[in-house]
Amino acid sequence: MLTIQDLHVFHGPIEAVHGISLNVERGKCISLLGPNGAGKTSTISAITGIARATGSVRFEEREISGDSVEARIASGIAVSPEGRRIFSNLTILENLTLGAAIQKDQKEKGRDIDHWFSLFPILAERRDQAAGTLSGGEQQMLAIARALMARPKILLLDEPSLGLAPKIVRQIFDLIGTLKDQGMTILLVEQNATQALRLADYAYLMSSGRIVAHGTADELGKSDKLMAELTGVA
Amino acid sequence: MEYVIQQTLNALSFGAEYALLALGLAIVFSIMGLVNFAHGEIIAVGGYTMVAFASLAIGNPVIVMAGAIIAAMLASLTLERVAFRPVRKADPTTGLLTAFGVSIVLQNIFLMFVSPRPIAVTSLYFLDWPIEIAGIRLASLQVFETLTTIVVIVALMLFLRRTVLGLAVRAASLDFEMVRLTGIKANRVFAMAFLISGLLAGLACIFIMARRGSVDPHLGFDPVLKAFVACVVGGFGSLPGAVLGGFLLGAVEVAMLVMLPQSLGGMTDAFVFMIVALILIWRPDGILSPAVEKGDKL
Ligand SMILES: Nc1ncnc2c1ncn2[C@@H]1O[C@H](COP(=O)(O)OP(=O)(O)OP(=O)(O)O)[C@@H](O)[C@H]1O
Ligand SMILES: [Mg+2]
Repeated sequence: MLTIQDLHVFHGPIEAVHGISLNVERGKCISLLGPNGAGKTSTISAITGIARATGSVRFEEREISGDSVEARIASGIAVSPEGRRIFSNLTILENLTLGAAIQKDQKEKGRDIDHWFSLFPILAERRDQAAGTLSGGEQQMLAIARALMARPKILLLDEPSLGLAPKIVRQIFDLIGTLKDQGMTILLVEQNATQALRLADYAYLMSSGRIVAHGTADELGKSDKLMAELTGVA
Repeated sequence: MEYVIQQTLNALSFGAEYALLALGLAIVFSIMGLVNFAHGEIIAVGGYTMVAFASLAIGNPVIVMAGAIIAAMLASLTLERVAFRPVRKADPTTGLLTAFGVSIVLQNIFLMFVSPRPIAVTSLYFLDWPIEIAGIRLASLQVFETLTTIVVIVALMLFLRRTVLGLAVRAASLDFEMVRLTGIKANRVFAMAFLISGLLAGLACIFIMARRGSVDPHLGFDPVLKAFVACVVGGFGSLPGAVLGGFLLGAVEVAMLVMLPQSLGGMTDAFVFMIVALILIWRPDGILSPAVEKGDKL
């Protein structure tokens, strides 16, 4: 569904990713692991079109590397970004509404909002409060829900467990598991390899802008490279 | 008692005009982070449009007013497209210099191609007549201006809270990139902000012209200066701040006019700015400045 080939990502003159290739199949959960500064977020930014990149990004058999950010989102890519980036000056309901900006069907929109409110009662309780007043974990839930309001074909998750308490982390991964079971295609960026590998069908290990290992969760989980990269460098 | 009511109403109508002007600056500032000093020239465009209508012998006030507003909106949109869009990604200083440049260029266009001298426009005098209710003397223009501002504030609030594009404008003041990541076209958000700003300039233009009855290349200088001060007092980037700052400035100005002895009459502005300075010592970022980014909550 999403195929990346020889992707180089730049921040100004700096090249952060040096020609990586990866593939996300429909309905699968693919994990992108790696220590700080490996280039995971840069890769996500290249997929959404935020960061300048060369190489090929194909989504549903179509080359999208020339498309604008907005066009890529409209074609079915949604992202829950690193650091959550919820709109803290808007209410929770307004955050969700904005997430559904490309969704034209009003009834559908209403149903989706109801769905998320029933899944996260805390969001419903505080629907008209500024989203900035939510706790970190609640903000993460909101960020994921906001992304899904667009009814995407693929969900890009950038470190959803970052900085959260173990109990909340479990909740987040449970949610991702549920989404996967419902057939959502997911690209999951994580430093929390144990949790991510439990969910992922296939994983790529990145370090210093390159993919240094890849394989099924089992294969990668057993490899020494993973542990070395994540503990040694990070 | 009547005197107090009278002056309160005066303060309200002064404040309404400043609020209208300040909102026009604030909405652009909130998403672009730049003070659009060319806002005054947009007002002047409205004024010159009225001149054009007069020279075509079109006196119908509805057409004249609508024409001025539409011209201001188009001018604002055009500036966004040709001047501000290219520097959107540049740093704020570049944007600020661009705004100055645009302002000067437009003033010189008026100077060279129209006239450096004031041109009389009489088509809007009919808006201004004296009213007296229970001993309180008012100008009808003051009433119109206050009412218009109230309607504008309510409409703007509804737009910003009830429409997706309105939510996007508010969200964009915080994180524009994230707004794009929801699939909303950045160009639409910018265009909308400038369109609203132009509409506000057009409305202000009508009241300014109805009172002054003439337009010259520097028509917008004073109003924008006042709007700028109102924004600074209220907190730059905050729309409620712009409204509050506008009304506060109006109140302070009327208070100074009323309380200063005759001999200091020419010093009103100096005293007004002194009070503004005091407010800024108390609240350096303005009264309702938007909370500064405190970093990601991790
Ligand atoms: N906006 C930017 N400007 C300049 N350099 C950047 C920018 N963003 C990232 N980089 C650099 O690119 C490299 C890769 O960063 P990236 O954020 O993609 O890593 P990451 O794998 O997401 O790390 P983390 O786990 O810490 O989020 C780093 O060396 C980083 O310093
Ligand atoms: Mg990252």
